[in-house]
Amino acid sequence: MGGYFSDLFSGTKSLLDGMWVTLKEFPKRPVTLSYPHESLKMYARYRGHIELIGDEENKPNCVVCGMCERACPSGCIHLAGEKPEGGKKKVLTSYTLDFTTCSLCGSCVESCNFDAIRFSNEYNLASTRKEDFIIDLLKRLEEQDK
Amino acid sequence: MSLTLLNVVLAVFIAICFVGANAAYLVWCERKGAGFYQRRPGPMENGWWGLLQPPIDGVKLMTKQLLIPGGVDKAIFMVAPVLAMFPALISFVTIPFSDNIVAHPIDVGVLVIFAFAALGGMSLLVAGWGSRNKYSMISSVRAVSQTVAYEIPLLITTITIVMISGSLNLGDIVQQQLDGFLSWNVWPLHKEVGFNLLMPVSFLILFVCSVAETNRAPFDLGEAESELVAGFHTEYSSMGFGLFFMGEYANIVIGSCLITILFLGGWSCPFGDLGIFPFTHNVGWFLLKIYLIIFVFIWIRWTFPRTTIYGLLNLSWKYLIPISLFNLLLTAGLLKVF
Ligand code: SF4
Ligand code: SF4
Repeated sequence: MGGYFSDLFSGTKSLLDGMWVTLKEFPKRPVTLSYPHESLKMYARYRGHIELIGDEENKPNCVVCGMCERACPSGCIHLAGEKPEGGKKKVLTSYTLDFTTCSLCGSCVESCNFDAIRFSNEYNLASTRKEDFIIDLLKRLEEQDK
Repeated sequence: MSLTLLNVVLAVFIAICFVGANAAYLVWCERKGAGFYQRRPGPMENGWWGLLQPPIDGVKLMTKQLLIPGGVDKAIFMVAPVLAMFPALISFVTIPFSDNIVAHPIDVGVLVIFAFAALGGMSLLVAGWGSRNKYSMISSVRAVSQTVAYEIPLLITTITIVMISGSLNLGDIVQQQLDGFLSWNVWPLHKEVGFNLLMPVSFLILFVCSVAETNRAPFDLGEAESELVAGFHTEYSSMGFGLFFMGEYANIVIGSCLITILFLGGWSCPFGDLGIFPFTHNVGWFLLKIYLIIFVFIWIRWTFPRTTIYGLLNLSWKYLIPISLFNLLLTAGLLKVF
């Protein structure tokens, strides 16, 4: 018989305490986001796939040295450039990233001495098609920062 | 004769509509409630505030294939969902929503409801047995031991009330609680028994038993998803599952109707009959009370984790049954004295 009534009372009290806790949450606003309609802004240090950095006129900083292409252990980067007539520097004509095999290791970003690539904040990447992950970064540069 | 038959058919039809609408929209309330208690918005996508969700779910359930797994006992398997839904419907026929809104006032209304409630427990056993699935079987064994354990305090508490009011007719039980909320059976002070401190406790016992009888969390051991897949309705798809689901919600409504009638004065206005419209004894109060109770059901479900089977049986056999028995004896003594 020992503890019978004290169990009863402490049990009832703890149940009521629990109900009070949930009741206090009931009228509050949701803490969740309706994901496809609204999404969180990603933190600045988030490491998404890489993207090109442009100058003021949104021209890529890249000098087509090819270091990143060589640094990538998975061979995800393919770039090409050409020297325009009369120009001194090479100009980037295409820069594609094959994100399907990228391991986000960062070698490319580290190897670039011209501040031309960085990690993006892109995380909404779900797709059912493989081609969506072969990303044309040059085209992306035209659209980003707008 | 034919008129009474028509009456009953009409009543059952209305009951089906009431139960169907309630089942559908209580699911919505349940999901909204769950959302709010967990700081989520709940269903939002279909219709304003997700209000179109229940009909869409219904259509989805109805268009799915009714799969009958190989090796099941087909007749039993098919009859179980019907057995889950149909007693709840019948029970509605005897429930008085107000002094003139009752399909068929039966003098033994309380007995009818309990008889059919027992049939509901039977459907779980039949479903588990017919499914030929060990998880379903374990689940139905649990559900039945739970039903047995909780039906006893439920009945004893009800008998206490029946003794006080001297009638098994649900309408008569309410008739005695019409003088404002102090005359409700939930209070210790009562003109028949003088002062019985255990009446609020009895109310709590009846409440806990209704939660357990409807197999709701934290007493939903019958369908403990973490251990038994989905319990007795593991093998059911389409409307077979739908009927179990609707039966569960219909039972919730019945349970809250019963609590309201036995302890909270049924359709009576809490301030007594003041003669001005909302403050007369009318069906509005009844609905308000049952939905408040259902809100508490939802609240409990989303607050507490599932108990263990031993905790569940201990609660009933060690606490609820002795206390309700004690109150029965006390009430009997008080009735003799006063
Ligand atoms: S992060 Fe690594 S794997 Fe990805 S593109 Fe750069 S070097 Fe290649
Ligand atoms: S390392 Fe930098 S500058 Fe060189 S090709 Fe890659 S992105 Fe362009």
